[in-house]
Amino acid sequence: MSGVRVLVGTRKGAFVLTADGTRKKWEVSGPHFGGWEVYHVKGSPADPNRLYASQSSGWFGQVLQRSDDGGKTWQVPGGERVAGGEDFTGRPAQSNKFVYDGVPGTHQWYDGTPHPWEFKRVWHLEPSLSDPDTVYAGVEDAALFRSTDGAENWHELAGLRRHGSGSAWQPGAGGLAAHTILLDPANTERMFVAISAAGVFRSDDGAQTWKAANRGLRSQYIPNPDAEVGHCVHRIAMHRSRPQVLFMQKHWDVMRSDDAGESWQEVSGNLPTDFGFVIDVHAHEAETVYVVPIKSDSEHYPPDGALRVYRSRTGGNEWEPLTNGLPQRDCYVNVLRDAMSIDALDPCGVYFGTTGGQVYASSDSGNTWSAIVRDLPAVLSVEVQTLS
Amino acid sequence: MIRVALPAHLRTLARVDGEVAVHVPSPATLGATLDALEAAYPVLQGTIRDHVTHRRRDFVRFFACEEDLSHEPPSVPLPAPVANGTEPLLIVGAIAGG
Repeated sequence: MSGVRVLVGTRKGAFVLTADGTRKKWEVSGPHFGGWEVYHVKGSPADPNRLYASQSSGWFGQVLQRSDDGGKTWQVPGGERVAGGEDFTGRPAQSNKFVYDGVPGTHQWYDGTPHPWEFKRVWHLEPSLSDPDTVYAGVEDAALFRSTDGAENWHELAGLRRHGSGSAWQPGAGGLAAHTILLDPANTERMFVAISAAGVFRSDDGAQTWKAANRGLRSQYIPNPDAEVGHCVHRIAMHRSRPQVLFMQKHWDVMRSDDAGESWQEVSGNLPTDFGFVIDVHAHEAETVYVVPIKSDSEHYPPDGALRVYRSRTGGNEWEPLTNGLPQRDCYVNVLRDAMSIDALDPCGVYFGTTGGQVYASSDSGNTWSAIVRDLPAVLSVEVQTLS
Repeated sequence: MIRVALPAHLRTLARVDGEVAVHVPSPATLGATLDALEAAYPVLQGTIRDHVTHRRRDFVRFFACEEDLSHEPPSVPLPAPVANGTEPLLIVGAIAGG
């Protein structure tokens, strides 16, 4: 019997939501790491029971957690005690040690002055497609790290930060964060990273060197709207069968690239507003895309107080609102950039979480919706695993 | 043994209840106590002070015998009642934020 496991990161802990393949009856476990911000939880495609979670707080900094049983139990990699004993493993606990490679230098601060690179937190964890012990971390201040030992030790892949434009990167309102990592399933050497507010970067050599992939983006809020970097990209997504096609929710504008980020075209079309955070692609239809339009960058809630997912079956430009089961009045929540995910069942399930603590699910590709849970802390991230 | 009272979230992380006790060679200093604490509970590395610089995290404070040791250097000796185990060293998360 197939099933799904939805991994939810919130402002005050993580939750694991499980259901069988009908996706009608849900069990909720949590909070895990109660009281801590959990920016992201994600499972390994190579071993669904291997999960990684980014736990952080303003008081005690970053903690990495790992589960080997699908989220039933968790451990800090390398920091565990010998069971029942007074002795310890002797291994250093460095799973929360993110040290920039070499002399980190500076990026630009909000006022344009140089500001030292300082690690703040892990925004996004992207497990390898083939090795459960290999996982990438996108962090604030923007950089890419990799662990090859199940998150016990991390090393910066400094080629990204040393891209010639790195010293010119500036934070967005939420910080200077590497928040999206896409691994190309057809090319193990290729990956994409998106950074707010720098843009998209692509590596074709296993993360050694990177090129900016922002041609075609226009951002009115920067001095040169067509600049190579400086674009506040909120999220990018791809379909596994067609990794050269990317979709993007930029600060404003929904964009599409058909050449692996070499160039972008706007596909906002008839959306009521093209501001938003999430974007994702249908599991079986590479031209079917989902966004959640948000009114504006100063009003982080849906237009007209109506929560609507928009779906395009044409790869953009033509969008239809999906409202059945979603609140259509007095709704003023936001849906943050990592808070949408899609399962691989048929029909595929679509999931998203809100800053109001609801996690909505559709088991029919978006036609109808219901809330799995309604009263969690503000949701930061949603990932779904399809279990066989 | 030096008694150390941890904030609730760090007790959860270290999987301990109540105070912990660590052995610190005499003369017991603040820095040596933190070293011993992190050696005994490796998960606490990086949560009280920075991994590399050992700089105290901004929203963590150290108190002992009604003294604020937060701004003292690591070499500062702990007060005698803490050094002899009568009183605990308090590691406190600052009251801030939500």
